[in-house]
Parts: sequence; structure tokens; C-alpha cells
Amino acid sequence: MGSTAVEKIISKSVGHRVKAGDFVEVSVDFAYFHDGTGPLIIDALNEMGVKRIFDPNRVGIVFDHSVPPYSDQAATLQAKVRRFAREQGISKFHDLGEGICHQVIPEKGYVAPGMIVVGADSHSCTLGAFGLFSTGMGATDLAYILATGKTWLKVPETLYIKCDGRLSKGVSSKDLILEIVRIVGTDGATYKALEFAGETVRSMSQSSRMTMSNMAVEMGAKTGFIEADEKTIEFLGRDGEIFRTDAAVDSITLDASSLDPKVACPGSVSNVKSVSEVEGQPIDQAFLGSCTNGRYEDLFEAAKILRGKRVHRDTRLIVIPASKSTYIKAQKEGIIDIFLEAGAIIGVTGCGPCLGVHMGVLGDNEVCVSTSNRNFIGRMGARSSSVYLASPQTVAASAINGQITDPRRYI
Amino acid sequence: MIRGRVWKFGDDIDTDVIIPAKYLRSVDKSIWPKHVLEGLDPSFSSKIKPGDIIVAGKNFGCGSSREQAVLAIKWAGISAVVAESFARIFFRNGINNGLPLIECRGISKAVNEGDFIEIDLERGEVHTKQGVLKTSPLPPFLQDILKIGGLVEYYKKKVSANLGR
Ligand code: SF4
Repeated sequence: MGSTAVEKIISKSVGHRVKAGDFVEVSVDFAYFHDGTGPLIIDALNEMGVKRIFDPNRVGIVFDHSVPPYSDQAATLQAKVRRFAREQGISKFHDLGEGICHQVIPEKGYVAPGMIVVGADSHSCTLGAFGLFSTGMGATDLAYILATGKTWLKVPETLYIKCDGRLSKGVSSKDLILEIVRIVGTDGATYKALEFAGETVRSMSQSSRMTMSNMAVEMGAKTGFIEADEKTIEFLGRDGEIFRTDAAVDSITLDASSLDPKVACPGSVSNVKSVSEVEGQPIDQAFLGSCTNGRYEDLFEAAKILRGKRVHRDTRLIVIPASKSTYIKAQKEGIIDIFLEAGAIIGVTGCGPCLGVHMGVLGDNEVCVSTSNRNFIGRMGARSSSVYLASPQTVAASAINGQITDPRRYI
Repeated sequence: MIRGRVWKFGDDIDTDVIIPAKYLRSVDKSIWPKHVLEGLDPSFSSKIKPGDIIVAGKNFGCGSSREQAVLAIKWAGISAVVAESFARIFFRNGINNGLPLIECRGISKAVNEGDFIEIDLERGEVHTKQGVLKTSPLPPFLQDILKIGGLVEYYKKKVSANLGR
């Protein structure tokens, strides 16, 4: 019987062949966390009595959740993490303004295909787009990894999702992944790995692939694996070991060519409809950014729609590049100017309003259309506020109209 | 044996409603249990009596990796969570902090809010008014972590065992 790529990566780490369902202890090649999860990790390490972490070179820290800190307490907690990074000699430490961890870690080339990576953030599944096994865990698990370099895993089954056909104009990988969440459901991949494959995924840019892997956790999955290729190597600026699935027990096949723009309606990420079904829904805010869709390509596609247009007077558009390098490139290419001239607000690089604590928190009954990945009750602010998740193109078109709008009207 | 009064919740209870992000960046950790499940019931924390049990539907704890979600529930006095299924990061966080989490098919139908139930962790049984529900017990090493109070204690025990060798 054949193996999946994820089984092969874990087998290599433990030194013998493993299969889905096995409980194993693996060595972690790279671990990372941010200012949000850092303080609890440090507390756990102190409680464990750990003086020195296993390997400061295999650890990355990126400040992204509270940039710049929105309260005295947030600043105090960041200072604690900053001190820890210095004391432990962690050189892959990125302070305020470098970007979102899931973007910065691969941009800096800290990871490579074939690795086992753990991040103290649920969207660490994003890095699966680089042909590696990357998963999110909590603070105590990360502390244990920092202490020992190891963690336990239940080897996941792989749900193999094969997408064929070309995406049509105005339709992006975000629309495709929303459609996949609709099919699989919010818990349809719990304890499993997802693997995205097929011609649609192969022909996608590395950025578009990251959008797909990012949302694997929204289906309960451990990771969103995508086989590495030249595009992956180019993005990372380094080589790695390429693993391939030769047999997956469970698979879904999808025709991407018939897909239209999608939105996930408030309350659940699987509550997915065609944009055409909710067109006209008024919005108070539009957000373009986050680890799902804050990359250069996303800004570029949104700018194509916004060029020479104005954001509707009853709507605010907040744009936040996912990393400093994204920001610099967008600025050089004149994309930031397009946003500013359209009336958008450009925020400091980081998570921004995605988690509902600063830089665009929603008030009572306000509605936001967002390129991020979660639309739970109160996620971006007041309990009575609501969030529609959509592609950068849909967010840009909606910002112009002050209501949810099919981007194909502008293409 | 864990015995307690039941509070019932539905499917897909996410970590944002268990503890909204605005409370996370606090140096005062006692704030978390005060806001537990505020997203669904703002007065929930004041209704909890120590030892109470949460019963929920599928995919409990989905969403972010924030461990504060587990700590808020535990420190509010909840003795265990029984759900049809759990999101995996939340599940690990629960075990790692010594909060018993029991995956039990059929539990939502078998109990009503206010019922008393009993949980036998070792045998993997939940005793309800309507009878006994079987669950699959945790693998032994996870039971060890839970019993000793969490992953921090487990690590300390491992280190001292190695030093003693
Ligand atoms: S952008 Fe949003 S989803 Fe991504 S890491 Fe930041 S808070 Fe989490």
C-alpha cells in the first residue's frame, strides 16, 4: 500500500515507516510563535524550570497580533517576550512591523520542503503550502517543544482534494477554498491532513496556494499540504526534500472552472454562498489584509479594481499589507497610492482588525466584508456585528459600492 | 469519578466566543474566567458552581490556538467538558492543562441542562439519567498527562526521573 506525503515526512522524522492513526514522537525542525501566544509559553517554560531552550536557531518569533501595542498591558507582555528572545539568543526574532508570522517565516526562508514545523497559532497550517508538515498548537505544547525539540502527534489521514480546470476571471484561490470549506464543513477534516492538488493548484502562484492552506484549520485539519515545486523553492530562496502522495484513501475531486465568486456569510466559515446571492447587502467596513489575503498579489488584484475609483462614502476600507516586504513592493509599484487616492486607510503591517481588538473594531450591528479567515460571532468586534469573508477582488468591488458586490462587474 | 451539573451548548463553539480576543492581552489572568463563554451568554461565569460540567455538540473549541480558552473554562470551576467532538488544538490544550475532555457520541441528546452526570475517565463512561454512554478512553500516555495535572507537571516528572537514573 502506498503512503501520503504527510505520512512520508513523519516517517522520515521518526526513522521508520508510520501510517495514519499511529501515535508518534517527532523531532520538530522549526518552531515559531508570536506576541499573542509568547507570554504563556514563557510562563510554562518557567514553571517547567527550563533555563535554556533546545536550539535557538530553530525558533522564530514574530510580533504581529498587537502592532503597535494597543494597551499598557499588551506592551508589558511584549517586553517580556522581547527579553526572552534576547536572553535565549534567538536571532530569528522580528519585532513590531515586520509582518504576520505565517508570512514572515517563509519569506525569510526559515523553513524548507520536507520539514516538520509547529507554530503556536492555529493558522500555522498555512506553511503546509511549502510541501512541509506544519501545524498549530497551544502555548504549553510549544513550551514542551522549546524544552525538548520534540512533540507527540497522531499521524493524520489525508483528505486529498484534487482541483481541475482554470479559475475564471474575477475568481481566485480564496473563492476556491471557501467552496471547499462549504463541501467539507467546519469539522469535516478534524484530525486529518488536507492535501490540495490537481492542475488548478499546480498552476497557482505560491501566494494563492498559501491562501488555500491557510484555511485548512477552518475545516478542523492539522495542515493544508501542497506538494512543493520550483515556485515553492523560488519563494523560499532555498531547496528542500520533495515528498509526494502516491495513494490517499479519501479524496474529493472538484471542477474549478465553473466556480463563481463566493462569500462565507456571518457566523460560520462553512456558511458559503455565491456573491450573487448576497449582492446588495450594505457594509460599514471592508478589510483587505490578514495571513489569508494580505500578500502582494492580493493587493495588486484589489488595486486593479480600485484604480481611479472612490470608496463609497458610507464605507471605510482598511488595507494592511501582510509583511514589510509586501508593503515596500506595493509602495514601489504605486499600489499604495491607488488605495490612498481611492480613500482607503493603510494600516501598520500585522494582523490588524482580523482578531477584533484594534485598528478597525466593529461597533454594534456593523457589517464588514473581509479577506480574513474567520467570521465567528464577535470575531471583529461587537457581539452584534457581522463579518462576510470574501476574496480581495470582492472586497475591493464591495468597498466601491458600499454593499457586497460581484467583482466581475469591474473586470 | 467526576460528578457535576450540566450546562449545555451547541455545535461549533469557537474560541472567540469562549474568550474574546480583547481579554487575552492581560497581565491579570484572573480576568479570563470572568468572561468565559461571554460571546454566547454574558452572565455565564456568574452562574457556574465549582464542579459543573459543560456538555456540547460537535467541534467544541474550534478556531484559534489560544490556551486562554481552556484556562478560562478550567479556572471558572468547570470540572470537565463532554462533547460530541472537539477541535484538535483545543483538545491538546485541554489535556496539557489537566482539564478532562471527553468525546462522547450521543451526549447532546442524552442530557438536559441542569441534569447531573458522572464521568468515569478510566473506563471511558458517562453516566446519565438515560443510561451509560461508552466513549473510547484516551491512549495511556495522554491519560498520564491528564492525571498528573498537565504537560508541565509531566515534563517535570520526566526530568526528575532522568536525573535520578
Ligand atoms: S491575520 Fe488574523 S488569522 Fe492571521 S495570524 Fe493574525 S490574527 Fe490570526
